[in-house]
Amino acid sequence: MSGAIANAHSKHDDHGPVKGWRRWLYATNHKDIGTMYLVFSLVMFFCGGLMALIIRTELFTPGLQFVDPSFFNQMTTMHALIMVFGAVMPAFVGLANWMIPLMIGAPDMALPRMNNWSFWILPVAFSILGSTLFMSGGAPAGGWTMYPPLVLQTGDAFPFLIFSVHLMGLSSIMGAINVIVTIVNMRAPDMTLLKMPMFVWTWLITAYLLLAVMPVLAGAVTMLLTDRFFGTSFFLAAGGGDPVMFQHIFWFFGHPEVYIMILPAFGVVSEIIPTFSRKPLFGHDSMVYAASSIAFLSFIVWAHHMFTVGMPLTGQLFFMFATMLIAVPTGVKVFNWTATMWKGAMTFETPMLFSLSFLFLFTIGGFSGLMLAIVPADIQYHDSYFVVAHFHYVLVPGSIFGVMAAVYYWMPKWTGHYYNERLGKIHFWLSTIFVNVTFFPMHFLGLAGMPRRIPDYATQFADFNSIASAGAIGFGLSQLLFVYIVIQCVRKSGAIASQEVWDKPRGLEWTVPSPAPYHTFETPPEVSPGAAFP
Amino acid sequence: MAVAMFGFGFLLVPIYDAFCEVTGFGGKTANEAATNVAVGADQNREIKLEFVTTVNEYAPWVFRSGVDGMTVHPGGLYEATFIARNLTDSHKVAQAVPSVAPQQAATYFKKLECFCFTTQEFAPGEEKEMPVRFIIDSKIPDYIDTITLSYTFFDTARLTDNSPHTAQPGHKAR
Amino acid sequence: MIRKLCTSVLALLIAGDAFADWAVNMPKGVTRLSAETYEIHMVVFWWCVAIAVVVFGAMIWSLINHRKSKGAVPSQFSHSMIAEVIWTTIPVIILLIMAVPSAELMIKLEDTRDPDLTVVITGYQWKWHYAYQGEDVSFYSTLARPSMAARRRNSGIDPSTVENYLLDVDNRLVVPKGAKVRVLLTSNDVIHSWWVPELAMKKDAIPGFMNETWFRAEVSGVYRGQCAELCGMDHGYMPVVVEVVEREAFEVWLENEKGGATPVATASGELK
Repeated sequence: MSGAIANAHSKHDDHGPVKGWRRWLYATNHKDIGTMYLVFSLVMFFCGGLMALIIRTELFTPGLQFVDPSFFNQMTTMHALIMVFGAVMPAFVGLANWMIPLMIGAPDMALPRMNNWSFWILPVAFSILGSTLFMSGGAPAGGWTMYPPLVLQTGDAFPFLIFSVHLMGLSSIMGAINVIVTIVNMRAPDMTLLKMPMFVWTWLITAYLLLAVMPVLAGAVTMLLTDRFFGTSFFLAAGGGDPVMFQHIFWFFGHPEVYIMILPAFGVVSEIIPTFSRKPLFGHDSMVYAASSIAFLSFIVWAHHMFTVGMPLTGQLFFMFATMLIAVPTGVKVFNWTATMWKGAMTFETPMLFSLSFLFLFTIGGFSGLMLAIVPADIQYHDSYFVVAHFHYVLVPGSIFGVMAAVYYWMPKWTGHYYNERLGKIHFWLSTIFVNVTFFPMHFLGLAGMPRRIPDYATQFADFNSIASAGAIGFGLSQLLFVYIVIQCVRKSGAIASQEVWDKPRGLEWTVPSPAPYHTFETPPEVSPGAAFP
Repeated sequence: MAVAMFGFGFLLVPIYDAFCEVTGFGGKTANEAATNVAVGADQNREIKLEFVTTVNEYAPWVFRSGVDGMTVHPGGLYEATFIARNLTDSHKVAQAVPSVAPQQAATYFKKLECFCFTTQEFAPGEEKEMPVRFIIDSKIPDYIDTITLSYTFFDTARLTDNSPHTAQPGHKAR
Repeated sequence: MIRKLCTSVLALLIAGDAFADWAVNMPKGVTRLSAETYEIHMVVFWWCVAIAVVVFGAMIWSLINHRKSKGAVPSQFSHSMIAEVIWTTIPVIILLIMAVPSAELMIKLEDTRDPDLTVVITGYQWKWHYAYQGEDVSFYSTLARPSMAARRRNSGIDPSTVENYLLDVDNRLVVPKGAKVRVLLTSNDVIHSWWVPELAMKKDAIPGFMNETWFRAEVSGVYRGQCAELCGMDHGYMPVVVEVVEREAFEVWLENEKGGATPVATASGELK
């Protein structure tokens, strides 16, 4: 990517990428775009992580030592926006770009130019968002949930916030359209829907969710924009509006968004556990139905984020019951993964370790989620550190460990070389230990009454906060090891990977050589009964 | 589909409003005069009515109710007075926003005439008495024995100028 | 992994009982409803522990016994209708068991009838205003001076030397013991949330809207909480302090307060 290199292949060459920056800027190859998404996501992961460390450093001891409250609020807001829209979602889109064509036997994504466009919007969106840090009034500080009227008090950054959210939404929508069109139209002959691997399935469902809710978010923030600048009062009580209505619209987007961030991780884990248990996935079809019902239910539970706004009793009851129902299909998934491992012959390479960690820690996050569904208890938990603990348990050892497991699992296929297994295991253990050290004490803090999003706290919360901060710094540093491992693997310093990479994994991606050639499946593969699921 | 969902986002606004109006959700009362309410006080039932007044964002008014509260019979026609005084020496326009607690009472609180239906203009230093005439629908459920009627006074200038720099005197928003 | 898990579960178990004084668990509180909320919290927690023991137990058993290094030969089963029906049905039943008492408690939480005292609470950036309905007593409640001085960046004051750091105010909300206090909440600017863990209540204060909730404190004492909804720069610096006193003491206090207060709406002092 360094500068313009004279292009030796002035005529388009089907057998390899063009050289230099054009390969990336004009990329239409799904593998190149997938790589760019993953690299972008890693960079954003470190940006968001740095902000998390600023937050945790300030919270290490009571009293203000490093930052002012307003900057602290900017950090919490930006950390969330960057992690949600910049790290987790692009990581999964990157995996989808790389793997979906390989898994369904397609030569590329269906809409390669849109693919390029949807990627290159992201750096622009995040440059805009990042630039708000240097504006008068600072970056947005009203929380990533952007509740009015508070968010309307944002300084010059406000329109930039809205515009960057629009761009992120646009990128996600285009990515989702691409995934859907690819999966629906470009499967190899005989790859029937129910034969598709779980990762493809969960992504298909995710893409529909994205398509349904990202426009709703765009609508909500547009209304904020007009409320601020064009005299409307959608959310201003003075003009007949209602600030609570924003929360309803936001969470109508926000709750499916939660599943957008976790369903692809479900898919990843459903690929990895069978491989390392040397057994087919237990209940493939019921996994599909479970994922679909989670997606459906996610549309009717949004107000469980709002049990303290003063909803009528009937509304509270409805949203409590609907939320509790989600535990059922989620439980089915956990039980099926357990049954997949049961009587298998397991080995514990790094992807499997991350998947197991996902399984245990996501389940803990699920338990706290169930507790949060119970309205009277939620009134106590709401907006406390208990909630912070809950959603970090489902997002860090959930989504992010899912991404890490996927990277370790497929990286030998991408690069043609194994990563350093010993370092991978060390990375796993450090991450798993520190993630618990960081987030487990937050349960206690929340139950003891510490509200979230505060820059300073009463002295009785000091001990657990110090532990959490120490854990966060440890977790942040261990991720540097991950970067080292990835660079090592990309530089091909590990052992050469075979075509199958692992011990008889299932799926079409293992039928192409390692590293995967620039163009694969130009003629559709034959789907033999054993190659894909079931 | 994306376009449809974008539209749906906006459609949620009228849906929500309609929903609120029907259910009284959020303690919102109707913002136009009620017609078609059966008049005829039910002397056997008494409901305690309380008034609460708030001025939003330190808007320059003194705003209070004529009385702290009153006891009413469902079905009877009543009038209450609210008094506001413009504390500035410039022309000001206010919008009063009503809210009722408990929420379940909102749909039964029928206003025939209210200063909240329109904006209220104030000359410099002007003090105004503003009436609200209302009937509590006699269909109101038995378990409601107290109703709080709250009015919040908003400066309408803030609707068109939302810049944070004018938000609060004293604390400049950062 | 296994060790980690055991410690996690152990920590949770300990959290349940023995360490209650160490503030790792929800306070039982001083109202009947806070005690019931605590009960429900614990019931759901123990259900989660029980499910965790079964599910994690099965996983750990499998991890120990079904590993290739032990010579395990993978069986190839891939579905079982009976198993799937069982593990769909059992959770539904458990959920129903949890839902019923919660629903009952929710109905009680909403019952604001027959209050002995009504307090109108208005959230401001960044303080609270309390008005005793019909009593002509109202006042602002802001962060106490010692905390205010210590909270500045590099103030040089060690927070641990400040009594009730960030949890103390100049004017407390005083209520009589055993009285049903109805709380009406609204806001002057942005959304705030009034939270006192010991009273098991949290409700949002929303500009232009009136929210309602209640509590009946059974034990005298001072109970502290904080604003729970992000409300801007000083969100972390608007604590809630409620003092519950005997009824006679309350009457005396109320008489003393009368007269000197400003009505809720004027806030004329703020205009200067």
